[in-house]
Amino acid sequence: MTHELTSAIAKSFGLFYLLALSIGITVYAFWPSLGKRFDKAANSILDDEDGPCR
Amino acid sequence: MMQRLTGAERQLALIISVLTLLSGLAMAAAGRADPLGIHGWIVVLFAGAVFLLTLGSIYDPEPREDRAVSYYDDPTKVGLILALGWAVVGMGMGVWVAAQLAWPDLRFDAAWSSFGRIRPVHTSGVIFGFGGNALIATSFHVMQRTSRARLAGHVSPWFVLLGFNLFCIIAASGYLMGVTQSKEYAEPEWYADIWLVIVWVVYFVLYIRTLARRNEPHIYVANWYYLAFILVVAVLHIVNNLAVPASLTGAKSYSAFSGVQDAMTQWWYGHNAVAFFLTAGFLGMLYYFLPKRAERPIYSYRLSILSFWGITFFYIWAGSHHLHYTALPQWVQTLGMTFSVMLLVPSWASAGNALMTLNGAWHKVRDDATLRFMMVAAVFYGLSTFEGSFMAVRAVNSLSHYTDWTVGHVHAGAMGWVALISFGSIYAVVPLLWQRETMYSWKLVEWHFWLALSGTVIYVFAMWNSGITQGLMWRTYTESGTLAYSFTDTLVAMHPYYVARAVGGALFLTGAVLALFNVVMTIRHAPEKRPERDYPTSSEATEPAVPAAE
Ligand code: HEM
Ligand code: HEM
Repeated sequence: MTHELTSAIAKSFGLFYLLALSIGITVYAFWPSLGKRFDKAANSILDDEDGPCR
Repeated sequence: MMQRLTGAERQLALIISVLTLLSGLAMAAAGRADPLGIHGWIVVLFAGAVFLLTLGSIYDPEPREDRAVSYYDDPTKVGLILALGWAVVGMGMGVWVAAQLAWPDLRFDAAWSSFGRIRPVHTSGVIFGFGGNALIATSFHVMQRTSRARLAGHVSPWFVLLGFNLFCIIAASGYLMGVTQSKEYAEPEWYADIWLVIVWVVYFVLYIRTLARRNEPHIYVANWYYLAFILVVAVLHIVNNLAVPASLTGAKSYSAFSGVQDAMTQWWYGHNAVAFFLTAGFLGMLYYFLPKRAERPIYSYRLSILSFWGITFFYIWAGSHHLHYTALPQWVQTLGMTFSVMLLVPSWASAGNALMTLNGAWHKVRDDATLRFMMVAAVFYGLSTFEGSFMAVRAVNSLSHYTDWTVGHVHAGAMGWVALISFGSIYAVVPLLWQRETMYSWKLVEWHFWLALSGTVIYVFAMWNSGITQGLMWRTYTESGTLAYSFTDTLVAMHPYYVARAVGGALFLTGAVLALFNVVMTIRHAPEKRPERDYPTSSEATEPAVPAAE
């Protein structure tokens, strides 16, 4: 493990896997059909705690 | 409190406290007069107290409550009170440190009371004692509510809470004796570090097991933040504390890293301690308690997911901004700087999300000091992250580094964001947990709010002024090319700001004392009220807990 090797990995693979992860997460967060599920989750903490939830 | 545990659980608690007590005795025997030995006796005392407490109720009748119909909140309650206790101690120490900087005679000439020893008592006291206990307690609360399931275990939450506080006591008492491995926010020595790893793994397992029992298909975003806090802090703690003890009979150890690697490891740890201890967990609080208190769902759930992953990806790379203009390779500094600037996006996404949630409920913010605590916390979160991203730029850092500007930034985040969101969450949750109508005194909450806000503003403005004055004086040259000001000149210039900071800190501390008083009085005197809601979902009552489709 030399400094050159580490920096080469960081500058190439390190950059691209992060970009890929970011794109992946953005796509997930804004995937249209997931909207309902997210709304339900956001509301779940408000109407919770009254016994059986569904 | 022990009456809520079954006989078998009480026995388990007894066994654990005996094992801890024996390790304490071993430390005391091995360490003798070394601080390790003294710490051994502290462990013995602590474990002994837990042992006696458990023994006192070992023959009590078995609990008859039906565990499926309520949450297990005893550890949360104790954790909240411990958090406020540590707040008073830690902030009290902060005021003393601040006063020593303004009036050095306040050291009183003892070794234990010197600046270098009480400063880490302040930092660990507030970050770990106050912040850590608040995080652990609220996480127990939130994980149960959002999962609609009871804690997965009755002894392990106590082990986590009390074990963590033992760590805090070992840390603080060690500093006063001069024990430190000279890594900021990771000062405790190897034996304390090993203990914290055990506690932390139990914490993680408890969290995961509780989530596994959930009656709610989607894992609410607050849990992600709490989990990131637990998981990443474990990784950071283990790596940064890799060390070889000089001997097994003494406290001293040597780090596994040296030179610039050591510096990089330390600030990779240090900045992610900011990110995952002082930010991620408190964002978990924000995402649960703010919508709950405002009675409005979070403005954009999608944005909350995006900012969660943004924060997790970016923060990990930002640590090198603490090491600008050092032996660290230039590209690593640039990497840290770039990620720090990018961090502004997910940070502001969270702050904006919180404020947009309140949009339309401003009358509530006006009338309700508890909600106002949370609102102002979100504003300070936005402010301090903006400031941080700015200070991470190398050219700006050349002015701000080593000056009080950094200290101002720290406290904009620590007081304005971390402490205010914690106080808000505590005020929101205390009446619910102790089944009271409201807090004992709303006036005191209001007083606390204004004391805390004015204390923070005074503190931060004093440090901005002091820091920039100091930084500019250090880089002013005369015509002949020599430095225009001596170091003493800068000290004289900073003195008024140091006095102001001590005053601001004292206001903030007063607020924390009021909070402790108010909570104690709520428990003792506020009228009772059984909540109609706030019970877990019984899994039998509904369809399968986690439908296959989700
Ligand atoms: C009563 C309020 C407070 C006062 C008076 C206070 C005072 C101080 C002082 C005097 C220092 C040393 C600065 C120096 O070395 O020049 C300091 C450092 C620090 N305090 Fe506080 N503090 C307060 C609240 C808090 C809170 C609530 C937190 C965290 C949740 C906190 C976290 C820190 C940290 C992390 C440092 C180290 C900063 C660095 O190394 O740059 N403080 N504080
Ligand atoms: C986008 C977010 C943030 C960025 C990019 C950032 C950046 C920075 C930078 C550049 C420094 C100065 C390093 C130096 O010159 O030595 C610093 C120091 C510090 N920041 Fe932040 N900051 C952020 C948010 C926060 C928040 C929210 C908190 C607290 C809750 C915080 C707590 C601290 C602490 C404790 C230090 C002092 C470390 C030390 O020297 O002991 N930061 N930060």
